[in-house]
Amino acid sequence: MPIHRNAGADTLALHAGQTPDPVHHSRATPIHFTTSYVFESSDHAAALFNQERAGHVYSRISNPTNAVLEERIAALDGGVGAIACASGQAALMLAITTLMGSGGHIVASRSLYGGSHNLLAYTLPRFGIETTFVPPRDHDAWRAAIRPETRLLFGEALGNPGLEILDTPAVAAIAHAAGVPLLVDATLVTPALQCPLDLGADLVMHSATKFLGGHGVAIGGLLVDGGSFDWEAAGGRFPTLTEAYDGFHGMDFAEESPIAAFLLRARREGLRDFGACLSPMNAFQILQGVETLGLRMARHVDNARALVAHLAAHPLVESVAWPELDSHPDHAIAGRLLPQGCGGVFSFSLKGGRSAGSTFIEALRLFSHLANVGDAKSLAIHPASTTHFRMTPEALRAAGITEGTIRLSTGLENAADLIEDLDRGLHAVHKATSR
Amino acid sequence: MKITLASHDCYCYTGGRRPEPGRPTAVFVHGAGHDHSVWTLQTRYFASHGWNVIAPDLPGHGASAGPALASIGELADWLLDLLAALDATDVTLIGHSMGSLIALQAAATAPARIARLALVGSVVPMPVAAPLLDSTLSNRDAAHAMINQWSYTTASRLGASSVPGLNLTALNERLMQRQAAGVLHRDMAACNAWSGGFDAAARVACPVLLLASAQDRMTPPKAMAPLAGAFTGGATVSRVILPDAGHAMMAEAPGAVLDALWQFARSPARTAQDSA
Repeated sequence: MPIHRNAGADTLALHAGQTPDPVHHSRATPIHFTTSYVFESSDHAAALFNQERAGHVYSRISNPTNAVLEERIAALDGGVGAIACASGQAALMLAITTLMGSGGHIVASRSLYGGSHNLLAYTLPRFGIETTFVPPRDHDAWRAAIRPETRLLFGEALGNPGLEILDTPAVAAIAHAAGVPLLVDATLVTPALQCPLDLGADLVMHSATKFLGGHGVAIGGLLVDGGSFDWEAAGGRFPTLTEAYDGFHGMDFAEESPIAAFLLRARREGLRDFGACLSPMNAFQILQGVETLGLRMARHVDNARALVAHLAAHPLVESVAWPELDSHPDHAIAGRLLPQGCGGVFSFSLKGGRSAGSTFIEALRLFSHLANVGDAKSLAIHPASTTHFRMTPEALRAAGITEGTIRLSTGLENAADLIEDLDRGLHAVHKATSR
Repeated sequence: MKITLASHDCYCYTGGRRPEPGRPTAVFVHGAGHDHSVWTLQTRYFASHGWNVIAPDLPGHGASAGPALASIGELADWLLDLLAALDATDVTLIGHSMGSLIALQAAATAPARIARLALVGSVVPMPVAAPLLDSTLSNRDAAHAMINQWSYTTASRLGASSVPGLNLTALNERLMQRQAAGVLHRDMAACNAWSGGFDAAARVACPVLLLASAQDRMTPPKAMAPLAGAFTGGATVSRVILPDAGHAMMAEAPGAVLDALWQFARSPARTAQDSA
């Protein structure tokens, strides 16, 4: 059941988590550049360490500026709390290590951001955590891949690179039938377009580096807990949350807080020990972006729609992957799960293969050629010559892309200028292929 | 810790430490639709400072089995049975909202067994607005939203939190959702129906703390006056009003609530036995 919001999303994006500070009355969120916090007394210090009093001890574990960002995103996403991390990757790692250790198993969508795929496919097996990848639309495959040692299902709200829309209500039902939680990477949608917790997911992560910040100046991540998963009822699958932890006062986190046990363990162990905390400067910069999230995401969507319409009608374009098009396999659920639009990132394939892709990219002048998404400025990349350079055409096809695929992250510029730039690239392809 | 009481499992949070013989006991009683976890920050401090802590999940709440009891009198009797089963001594009884009514009735029923009584967010009588009481039966989601609207300050409802990174109203909503169907309605109906508050107050013999919050719209401080004047049986009454919190003051101002309770708990006790 979705959490009731106490204000509209645009209001929460501006105010949630922050009240003007009582000392100086500063309206903006102050940047608390401090590693540590003065104790009032020995008793106060001991009480903070033993979690008898609320407050900050050391900025690796919590920081007042970071707390504003955490509380703002939790309020927007409908979560019971959030933890700010050094990056989206750190948020994913924190979620996984809070739930399982060696011997754990994850079922994940195979349409993932490359960094997430690397972590799950290559790095975590070294630590005894295995992942089975499944096609995100194949519900039977999700179900069949679940094992007794499965501790998490994981997918992206909008998959990479084909923009597969995760049917979160259906996959959440599969997860819950098996007694495990569903984690959704909502980076490409942000709370402005979809809140996966409202659709049945238990945990959400964001790479705040992308649309939440929106300016491309700060790396950061967020892990949000919906507070909906009953860890105690999961038949002993989550001993990290339901058994005494010698590393923190023998605390049984689910006993301490049946609702926020996951966040307690993640902060008290994961941030403390792995140390992937967010700089308060980055938290401040991301907060500046979040303030205008709703306005920006609407513009991203509008611009993406304009570019898609232009490209879909162009003779040099083989296909456009965009869930709002009838041709996309997820067109039917796009209206249900992403009624306000499918974000600002999409891909299209040029006729002419790998060389056409390279030619197109090099002719662009307004789009920036780089490996990121979610900037206010428009971005473009040709996977076959960059991120997927070593892959054969067959391997590219298996990953859902072609040699001529271009991924665009639509920015906030005037759509006419972006279209003019795309036409510059298309004209270059035309010249090159008609020689 | 779990014990069996009246043939049902009863869960009691103990503040992270096992009770030891010979220590004073602080008993924390939660309110309607809640469980022990609303007292987390206060209980842990008492437990690490020489007190035994008992924060039960009331019957049918949290991890305690059995049907939710239908009246404040039944709940008070159940609480006294629990204290007897645990052989609790030198008891400081602390209750929030509905829990404060249970504590008040228990202190009146067994004045010799209660050394101090702290009523947090308490008024007598405690009528429940008809739209809220109806919603607990017909639309729990709406009831949860109303409770949050009236229990938290504007800052908390806009996501600010005393505990870094938490969304307090969402946490409370999930906690209420976690309780079994019918529990919230039974609790609210018990509060609404209880008419024994003034009689109970007159029989209380121990020191009393009335702890309120200035921004409480569920049990506003100005409505506390009739209760404060009803302790005519010799109890000394002290009042503390916290400026920056609402009805959910244990979450919104956990340090201030703890400080008030801790100061009160260390004040001299006087029981009916002392005065006899």
